[in-house]
Amino acid sequence: MSDQNEQDLLTTPLDSLHRELGAKMVPFAGYAMPVQYPAGILKEHLHTRTGASLFDVSHMGQAFLMGVGSDLGAIEAFETLVPGDYQAMAEGKTRYTVLLNDQGGIMDDLMATRIAGGLYLVVNAACKDQDFAHIEAGTKGKADLQILTDRALLALQGPKAGDVLAKLAPETAEMKFMNFREVQIGTISCFVTRSGYTGEDGFEISVPSDQAEAFARLLLDQPDVEPAGLGSRDSLRLEAGLCLYGHDITTDTTPVEGDIKWVVNKRRREEGGFPGADVILNQLENGTERLRVGILPEGRAPAREGTEIQDMDGNTIGAVTSGGFGPSVGGPIAMGYVKTAFAAEDTTVNLIVRGKPLAAKVVKMPFTSKSYKT
Amino acid sequence: MSIKYTNDHEWISIDGDTATVGVTAYALEQLGDLVFVEVPEAGRAVAKGDEAAVVESVKAASEVYAPVSGEVVEGNAAIADDPAAVSGDPSGAGWFFKIKLSDMSELDGLMDEDAYKAFVDGLD
Repeated sequence: MSDQNEQDLLTTPLDSLHRELGAKMVPFAGYAMPVQYPAGILKEHLHTRTGASLFDVSHMGQAFLMGVGSDLGAIEAFETLVPGDYQAMAEGKTRYTVLLNDQGGIMDDLMATRIAGGLYLVVNAACKDQDFAHIEAGTKGKADLQILTDRALLALQGPKAGDVLAKLAPETAEMKFMNFREVQIGTISCFVTRSGYTGEDGFEISVPSDQAEAFARLLLDQPDVEPAGLGSRDSLRLEAGLCLYGHDITTDTTPVEGDIKWVVNKRRREEGGFPGADVILNQLENGTERLRVGILPEGRAPAREGTEIQDMDGNTIGAVTSGGFGPSVGGPIAMGYVKTAFAAEDTTVNLIVRGKPLAAKVVKMPFTSKSYKT
Repeated sequence: MSIKYTNDHEWISIDGDTATVGVTAYALEQLGDLVFVEVPEAGRAVAKGDEAAVVESVKAASEVYAPVSGEVVEGNAAIADDPAAVSGDPSGAGWFFKIKLSDMSELDGLMDEDAYKAFVDGLD
């Protein structure tokens, strides 16, 4: 995407606000997106861990999947594509899940919320066209997919996010992690989910595109709120141990290999009935040859995506899938896949950075403690 | 003493047959906050264009190439210990390494300050 001409890029409803705020814009998933503002990635990252940061994530795909005839139709049809138990969920609850292919590989990860009449979906920007085509085809006749092209998505993240939003919409104070609510703020109709991608408490807020800028300005006017870009979003999610689709989980990795086996809910584990169920249920029973793990380099050199992981005898045992510097950790952090024999906590490994082995060890994630409101 | 520039955004300050090499303020601004710096050890022989040092920001790693051939006299240990110090004084205390030049004529192809300014202006 990096060689894409700027004029070919799509823009979000906050494009002119980003430029006014002095953002450095970069191409991402076909959109011009702010990678950072003048404060820089380090400050934006650290502010998110102490205050509240506003991220534009309007490039992500939003849709309603509404039951035809009955609500349950949409839920049952959706469950044929994912391993999550949505039948057991109450309206207003959100659950993270994955779209699976027939080999049990992950086509995308997404958030799905039960709403009256069906589901509200939020999928990754880079996958949204193929996700929506796949969901539409897989639920045909039972559900109607309505892609929400006229809504922006903003993430308000950080320990102060709860107080900030409660001031504007008092009813959000009682929302817990992975709760969804439709909220009116002034004239703006918001879909609020208490969730995020930073490891902090916070919200993802869907608003009509034509009111997005006014809403963003309202949030930025609140004390403690600063804008933050995709650069810090990435370092925050890495510290939180959260997967980046296309890197840490792909069509070649299953939820079991990716160490997110909890997305296969109990009833689905017993009943199957999702793509690749034979592969995944077998892996749940018998384990896998490799696993995604957290990796803490001992020195100061970051190990980037693609870095080879070796055992202490020099044998290749895996590769880094996300790696960089954790501003809150104050040093390099990474995650990657290793052969299962090396996946135990505290296993020492070598990372081959610029041809030299650097000592590292396998660690439990997250690298920083999460502060969700539960 | 004269200062020259490369189109890889390095500055080279020449004093006799010794060159001090650093990264320009323009390049540092493009990189963002530095979180890791690796400098070459004294005694290492480098050829023009070799990877001599490494700078990493939160997002990405970049190489600093040797702008001239010669032997490394010193790497700046202070910036390896405190990468953030580079941004504070890129053309002074934020130097990366010193090279004893083996071929003075390699300096001829480098830009002077005016040429580098024009080069940077052309990039924006």
